[in-house]
Amino acid sequence: MKRAILAALGLATSLAVPAAAEENIKVGLLLPFSGVYAALGNDIEAGFSVALEQFGSEAGTGFDIVREDTEVKPPVALGKAKKLILQDKVDVMAGVVSSGVLGAVRDMVHGAGVPLIVANAGNDEATGTSCSPFITRMSFSNGQVNRPMGQWMHDQGIRKVYTLAPDYAAGRQMIGGFVETFTAAGGEIAGQDFTPFQKTQDFGPYLAQAKASGADAVYVFYAGGEAISFVKQYDSFGLKADLPLYGSGFLTSPLYVNAEGPAAEGVITALHYVPTLDNAANAAFVADFQARTGRLPSEFAVHGYDAARALVEAAKTGARDRASLAEALRQVSFDGPRGKLSIDPATNNIVQPVYVYETVAGENGLTQKVLAELPAEADPANGCKMAPVSN
Amino acid sequence: MAHDLGFWTLQALNALQLSMLLFLLSIGLTVIFGLMHFVNLAHGSLYALGAYFAASLAAIGGYWMGFFLAPVAVAGVGVLLYSRLIKRMRKSGPMAQVLVTFGLIFVLLDLTRIFWSDLALAIDVPALLSGRVELLGIEYPAYRLFIIVLGLAIFAALAFVLGRTQIGAMIRAGVDNDAMASCLGINVERLFFIVFCVGCALAGLAGVVAAPLLSVTPDMGLQILIPTLIVIVIGGLGSLKGAIAGSLIYGFVQTFGAVLAPQLASVLIYALLAAVLVIKPVGLFPAKG
Repeated sequence: MKRAILAALGLATSLAVPAAAEENIKVGLLLPFSGVYAALGNDIEAGFSVALEQFGSEAGTGFDIVREDTEVKPPVALGKAKKLILQDKVDVMAGVVSSGVLGAVRDMVHGAGVPLIVANAGNDEATGTSCSPFITRMSFSNGQVNRPMGQWMHDQGIRKVYTLAPDYAAGRQMIGGFVETFTAAGGEIAGQDFTPFQKTQDFGPYLAQAKASGADAVYVFYAGGEAISFVKQYDSFGLKADLPLYGSGFLTSPLYVNAEGPAAEGVITALHYVPTLDNAANAAFVADFQARTGRLPSEFAVHGYDAARALVEAAKTGARDRASLAEALRQVSFDGPRGKLSIDPATNNIVQPVYVYETVAGENGLTQKVLAELPAEADPANGCKMAPVSN
Repeated sequence: MAHDLGFWTLQALNALQLSMLLFLLSIGLTVIFGLMHFVNLAHGSLYALGAYFAASLAAIGGYWMGFFLAPVAVAGVGVLLYSRLIKRMRKSGPMAQVLVTFGLIFVLLDLTRIFWSDLALAIDVPALLSGRVELLGIEYPAYRLFIIVLGLAIFAALAFVLGRTQIGAMIRAGVDNDAMASCLGINVERLFFIVFCVGCALAGLAGVVAAPLLSVTPDMGLQILIPTLIVIVIGGLGSLKGAIAGSLIYGFVQTFGAVLAPQLASVLIYALLAAVLVIKPVGLFPAKG
């Protein structure tokens, strides 16, 4: 009996597939499903699926998804990208969490002319010196998230800041973005430390330095496990009262803020998305995402969601092959959970508002209270030279 | 920046705290190696397991339930590993042992991911230890002091057992010359099994005490493995004195390196490791001279 059903199922799908396959757009999802960023990869994929469910019917075509695991290893990811492009012959790719992976697949994607929708990796160069008309970023750039905070914190009367971040490209770019605008506004940097990336168990030495520096506040970027350790240790030294903690919003991401617990209360950070944003598009997204996963969506989930949404919008214009999809993706613009989004055709980076939020105690654990919406600004070109949009 | 005495006291305590955490991890690994000539690279994974067991148990019965039961549970995993895997690998030479235990890291890593998912887990500092304590003119988190005291207590207990009791004498004899020890009627295999379980339990304990301080993530075992190996290489294999000396050196170099030469912070300890290997390749206090 069981075998008969299986056979029937097999027959049904084998009949159904060829008919649809001619029309469908083939999408390669290049995400980490194992390794240190597996939680991010899963969140992005869930967001991607939610968006296809919500908007897929508007596209005028179906989507066939091929998943590949990058393992957060650049050489592995490059091999998987080659497989997607040459063997699976995908029309478009989406994903990429780590900037290292993006750097590794960049030339392959650019050379093959396959559009890639970046759904996380934030390194400034990807939409700067090594930009490509085939790479469109729907997530954020490291500088973009932090730049508005410089002026905002100065406006709050903060004059001297101590900065901390892990010692790798993203840490330096995030802090660089903040320092640039904070000093331009007239603020002073009391001191800076870059801690060994993923090798720092104890932040105590750095916290004592920050405390001794005489700063008004501390501005940091940490993400994932390091963010949890940092926020807890910051609180355990009792620094929060005298030396308020600010930072890039990944510090208290909804993905892991509950592991930080009460230590995260009162931390003020800036990010391009929090699940408590009050708009209709976000309400629909949060409801469907929660129904699917039982969790609130994080900024990573919204990257996946908007990446799929951008793909649907591009398909709506009638684009079906690699070249036309790449052109259409560069002109995408819509109102999403994050507010009004568009792509800057000069760099192919997303233009989006940035939200300042405070982590506060809510009814079901910690929640995000939005303090300010800082207007969307396109990144400077950063040495990106790209042919203008043609059509 | 001018730093007062309080600043340096604070940093010294930070260094001591990191040292004690590493001591709990390295003592098990180093004695297992000394006694059995067995390199257990999966030791870090047992530490991660300790943290995960503690997080799960703490969700049911509070921190202290995790504190007392998680090391026992990790020792249980140790029994399983020993009887199924390590016993067979005893005579197979260091290269095969390294490969098997290295593979074990990834097996245990993926098992934690399957059971507890990729998301970081929370475990709170117990209410008793959540505040700060006035000490030597500074305020220091009580939980960090607890780690220091716990580390010192374990050190004292181990020093007593190894130095003053019969079983300690048997262990020392086994480390020194296992063939001769078994000729004298000591059941080295059983001794080895006990030491292995205690080592596993201590790794689990390290995971439990580290959990509220750090984040409980699947890769935490991998991140702690390298510092632990550095500690036992600097300290010398197989000895209690080596483990405590190596831990203190690591903790102080790392902490004061971060303060005095932040640009060199990640290099300093490796430079020291290289220097020790050149000048005294067996480490500072090896079990066998």
